[in-house]
Amino acid sequence: MSARPGIDQGVGIIFPSGMLGGGFTAESIKRGIAMGATAIAIDAGSTDSGPYYLGAGVAKTSDSAVARDLRILLAAARESRIPLIVGSCGTSGTDAGVDQLAAIAERIAAQDRLSFRMARIYSELRPETVITAIDQGRVRALPPSGELSPGTVRSCSHVVALMGHAPIVAALEAGADVVLAGRATDTAMVAAVALMHGMPEGPAWHAAKTVECGGQCTTSPTSGGVFVRIDPAGFTVTPLAAEAACTPVTVAAHMLYENADPFRLLEPSGALDTSRATYTALDERAVRVEGSRFERAPRHTAKLEGARLAGYETVSIVGIRDPHVLASLDTWLALLRHILEDRVRATLDLDAGSYDLALRCYGADAILGPLEDGAGPPREVGLLCKVRAASQELATAVAKTANPLLLHLPLPGMTHLPSFAFATSPPEMERGASYEFVLNHVLELDHGTDLFRVELSEVSND
Amino acid sequence: MTSLGELADQVRAKNAGPFWITLDVFFRNARDYEFVTGSGIMSPRAIGRLYQVDPASVKYFELPALHVVKISFPRPVTAGSFEDRDLHAGQQHVPLAAMALPDPSPER
Repeated sequence: MSARPGIDQGVGIIFPSGMLGGGFTAESIKRGIAMGATAIAIDAGSTDSGPYYLGAGVAKTSDSAVARDLRILLAAARESRIPLIVGSCGTSGTDAGVDQLAAIAERIAAQDRLSFRMARIYSELRPETVITAIDQGRVRALPPSGELSPGTVRSCSHVVALMGHAPIVAALEAGADVVLAGRATDTAMVAAVALMHGMPEGPAWHAAKTVECGGQCTTSPTSGGVFVRIDPAGFTVTPLAAEAACTPVTVAAHMLYENADPFRLLEPSGALDTSRATYTALDERAVRVEGSRFERAPRHTAKLEGARLAGYETVSIVGIRDPHVLASLDTWLALLRHILEDRVRATLDLDAGSYDLALRCYGADAILGPLEDGAGPPREVGLLCKVRAASQELATAVAKTANPLLLHLPLPGMTHLPSFAFATSPPEMERGASYEFVLNHVLELDHGTDLFRVELSEVSND
Repeated sequence: MTSLGELADQVRAKNAGPFWITLDVFFRNARDYEFVTGSGIMSPRAIGRLYQVDPASVKYFELPALHVVKISFPRPVTAGSFEDRDLHAGQQHVPLAAMALPDPSPER
């Protein structure tokens, strides 16, 4: 552990990038170290890329991209004797995601002759834990979701709880040099460092929210990371890249990002309130923020995330360029669906309700659907025919039944057989298992460390 | 006739978690911000109609210091589900940006 700085000087934290594996330069980290960093914190996950990563328990990032970034951070952290904290390991923060990152860290340590105390914080929950909490009346729905049923919990392939600062503080206080956390709020890592050094909650959580996407709070969102110094009265944020700047608008605007309420952010220990925060430019590149408040909740809560298997998908892509068909696209699509459902019933003995079919016309209304008001027929359309069924074989069988229709279906009244433009041979692409998010609930805790398991190990390569 | 997207500096949409969508409208100056907020064209009722969602579920925020209007509502379908058309909801600003401003709207 590094020596604790005096409380008035505050706590300096490097946040190198929006995501571990996203890339940043070693020079930018050196710049942050020179600015007097107390710790390095980075996020490795998100639900933003969809339910697949949690459902399947695999990472969105490649191991090699993660290892490249982690090598730079481990070297800098060990050289300066400051802690490195990674949140939401493996994209979704499953136990396997934590272990996978730990294996990468151990491999780098062996190659680069590094030694450190490593904490793994696990946040995956067994269904019984959640069901017991439901029985005890400790699980609440968040809008717009309804009450949680035990069946829904059991249907999930993985359930994780989002940790706040408390388990990370516990790991740091146990002497961890490297903390690999399972699912954590985007803000938990930075807040943990600030709070364990005695900084007030308002500046700690607001600073953490400001830097959670790295350069997103600067004039150059792709420029890499930021450095934030949190003190008893507020915090100051500066980009790590020389060409980027923080301005009062870029910093204040980040509170809007991926957040439904621009003034309030719910955390496990309470709510950040930025409605009275002031943003002042200190110079061309640094912004000072004061007036952030935090309302501590009567009880800690942990938000739950869960994804369940929803079936197996097979997709096909066909291009339509014939202006006659494009002029009557809705008619053609309705006919396609009608004939396909008949053939699937006849050949596979499957009713339309026992599989899912989506026909998405890229170039027409695939993205906005019923909200699309584009006038006139499109010049060309890429039709994505998406089938989901109870097994991969069944999904592909339905897609194969669609194949001759996607190739040749004429409009009513056409006297010839058109042929449309398949993109690939075969057109059917098996997408494998498909998942969906089903949990949007919080679990009430007695202590912020409940549910989360901290395991320490010594990585030794002396 | 000017659209909201033509007047604003930026209109953007994004998920706020898998169950919510949030829209941010950044105006260039106080004049444009006040013209649009004063017109009431982005009322929860109007947003409900535009996005085919329940107006009672629409949250509307004005941030005069930033010249920003923020609107959030529950996603009609959960992010990444079979029915979802836009995983990050990153293109869902387009209907809002296309909204017509009342005449006479400020000069760009």
